[in-house]
Amino acid sequence: MKYISEFRQQGLAQQLANAIAQTVNPGRHYRLMEFCGGHTHAIFRYGVQDLMPANVEFIHGPGCPVCVLPTGRIDNAIQLAGHHDVILCTYADLMRVPATGRNSLLKAKADGSDIRMVYSTQDALKIARENPERQVVFFAIGFETTTPPTAVAIKQAQAEELANFSVFCNHVLTPAAMQAILDAPQPVSIDAFLGPSHVSTVIGSQPYEVFAERYAKPIVIAGFEPLDVMQSSLMLIRQLNEGRCEVENEYSRAVTRQGNLKAQALMQDVFELRPQFEWRGLGLIPNSALQLKPEYADFDAEQRFNMPAIQASDAKGCECPAILRGAKKPQDCKLLGTMCTPENPMGSCMVSSEGACAAYWSYGRVRG
Amino acid sequence: MCLALPAQIIAIDPASNMATASVGNVKVEVSLALVDDVALGDYVLVHVGYALNKIDEDEALKTLALFAEAGLTGQAYEIH
Repeated sequence: MKYISEFRQQGLAQQLANAIAQTVNPGRHYRLMEFCGGHTHAIFRYGVQDLMPANVEFIHGPGCPVCVLPTGRIDNAIQLAGHHDVILCTYADLMRVPATGRNSLLKAKADGSDIRMVYSTQDALKIARENPERQVVFFAIGFETTTPPTAVAIKQAQAEELANFSVFCNHVLTPAAMQAILDAPQPVSIDAFLGPSHVSTVIGSQPYEVFAERYAKPIVIAGFEPLDVMQSSLMLIRQLNEGRCEVENEYSRAVTRQGNLKAQALMQDVFELRPQFEWRGLGLIPNSALQLKPEYADFDAEQRFNMPAIQASDAKGCECPAILRGAKKPQDCKLLGTMCTPENPMGSCMVSSEGACAAYWSYGRVRG
Repeated sequence: MCLALPAQIIAIDPASNMATASVGNVKVEVSLALVDDVALGDYVLVHVGYALNKIDEDEALKTLALFAEAGLTGQAYEIH
């Protein structure tokens, strides 16, 4: 068992497609939101959309951390690297995200700022150890999957008294975003959710129960492989047909109801809720993001450096905000494929390997 | 960002709490700071250089059995 090829078998995919075709009620439309960009890409890369009946529609959700990060926070990071002579460490996904004035971290690096791509928070710590005379800032983004590794690095920096290391924290929370989508003044019509894979390995399936109970939306935690997506869709369709609203777990090989308690304890130790945080597309959401607790203030880049909040606007004509809410599809954007391509992105959804526009561009252009 | 790959643990260094894991034939260094009781031969999900969780083989087999079960319904549909 390698846990990859077994979940991509073509014959089983065809059989699951037939089972779905047999299960759907031809008289109704099924609107399933896949919260994660990882699911959006699996759906397009493996042609899952084409194996679904016409009345099963995937609504692409905001689960792409690079996409939902507001432009002002990228501008902050570029200023930090330019003005304060710091070494800015970032995950590669952020390098090409458009900032104000057609800038990006990649362009700032080309202009001389010391911006370094890292694979892991451990790499950022190593750079801090090797450059004791320089300030090293880790540009932390991501949902609950990516937050525990940042917490580990902060604890380690404290233990090692690594005084030149700090974190520019932009970690955000999945349940808060789901609630914002459901509570929106003009909510997008969604029948059910494909729940996150790897976020759920950390937080467990329990935090979604409120959405099944209070909002009457079925949720199935789904793995990222194509057969996982198909099986989870089938489970959602069955729930909708039978009038059930439950949290079910298709990804039981990695997700439990409680999640990873060790990772949760680390997050609770290091971080606390921000009163509010801005999301591209979803606006200001209360209690939707994390900041360092006062006892770790020495490692908080926003306290160590002068970083005033920056209000920035998105590129004119870019439909990223509506696409992230599920209100529009990438093909509704006039810039897609003309002004906006992965080589010359106008919006974040075209940059990220989890963005919906990037999925359409990479795999969806030839679809009829 | 949330992508994680299944990888098999092939060496453990208890002193640094690090391990070497194999994805296909590629070897990666992973931190074990977020998991307990990982042993040689276990499969873990690796995300940004950290093992996030152990993968449960019994549960994986049950899920594969579910696919096959749904597939039987699908086959019956083809015959009709």
